[in-house]
Amino acid sequence: MLELAIGIILGGCALGAGVAMVAGIGPGIGEGNAVAKACEAIGRQPESKGAVTSTMLMGCAIAETTGLYALVVAILLIFVAPNLFVNTLMRALG
Amino acid sequence: MAVDICYIAMMIIPILVAIVLKIMTAVPTEGIAITGAQIYFTLPLPIQDLPITEAQINSWMVIISVTGLCLYLTHGMCTKKLLIRQHIAEWIVEKVDRLVEDGMGSYFAGFSPFIAAMLGLSAFSSLLSLCGLFPPTSDLNVVAGWAVLVFVLITFYKCKAGPLEYIKSFANPVAMAPLNIISELATPLSMAFRHYGNVLSGTVISVLIAAGMQGLSRLVLGWIPGALGDFPLFRIGLPAVLSVYFDIFSGCLQAYIFAMLTMMYVSGGFPYEAYMERKNKRNKKKNLEVM
Repeated sequence: MLELAIGIILGGCALGAGVAMVAGIGPGIGEGNAVAKACEAIGRQPESKGAVTSTMLMGCAIAETTGLYALVVAILLIFVAPNLFVNTLMRALG
Repeated sequence: MAVDICYIAMMIIPILVAIVLKIMTAVPTEGIAITGAQIYFTLPLPIQDLPITEAQINSWMVIISVTGLCLYLTHGMCTKKLLIRQHIAEWIVEKVDRLVEDGMGSYFAGFSPFIAAMLGLSAFSSLLSLCGLFPPTSDLNVVAGWAVLVFVLITFYKCKAGPLEYIKSFANPVAMAPLNIISELATPLSMAFRHYGNVLSGTVISVLIAAGMQGLSRLVLGWIPGALGDFPLFRIGLPAVLSVYFDIFSGCLQAYIFAMLTMMYVSGGFPYEAYMERKNKRNKKKNLEVM
């Protein structure tokens, strides 16, 4: 019975990490849009390349935040949460 | 000359010490291992024990090393015969000064040493992974400390127009007050997570790709008997190319972004007009009292 419980915990953590990384879609689309627009802008005005590039990198970094939250959650679920949950279970069972 | 050698030693020895410490305390692992910072030793303190980790040691080493670099660059400055290192030092100072001037306005011109320190510490901490060491920026605690420092700065400059004004700025409109407080608290959180997540994800991806390439080359060359069968053919080259992006580019970009966001938040939250009004009022009061 205990094995089953631990198995469910590990499986749940792995599944949760996988599902959390679905959030990577959003920043992917957003950054793709940002880079596409930056390329258009550079194509129109090649002289403003420096300013456009630095602004784009800045915007990309901010757009990336939600994806990174998901990454942090996924990493916590893989490396930290299983130990924590199993320990809690053990303590509850005594 | 002797002083120069001292400074160069000051730059190199901390890194060597960190490498030696790492080799001495390394735990042999099999296959891929993605671990956090190792705990070197624990200081017993009254409330809670203080674990001294790899991240703390490495970031102190980076601080000493960067200090050595700065001392080396600025040693022997003169106005007649300029050395190359003086040119480099002047270039750095001018660049950062202009960055701060453009990003924060002239009122915050005194911020440029702080911003430069932030940039240098963050960039060199991330670049430490090139020496095979644990980059301190991939530990949440280190970056969270910086983010808390920035948060204190932001709050300090927001309070410049009076504590009452600061509290009032949250309740505008009143119904949005909880959301405003949450978004205020999310600022240091997102700064810390952004920096830490980017550096850590680079490390994780590098380790995964190195391990995957190992498996692939074993699959292809595994039928050859002897030492040639274990030869990691696909591990040559590709991880290094990825490392250029994940270690060098990403590390420097994150340092730049952290500094830019610090500048933006500090100067953006500062109520310049209200502060000037308050200052003028105070000056008038003082003048009246004197008269």
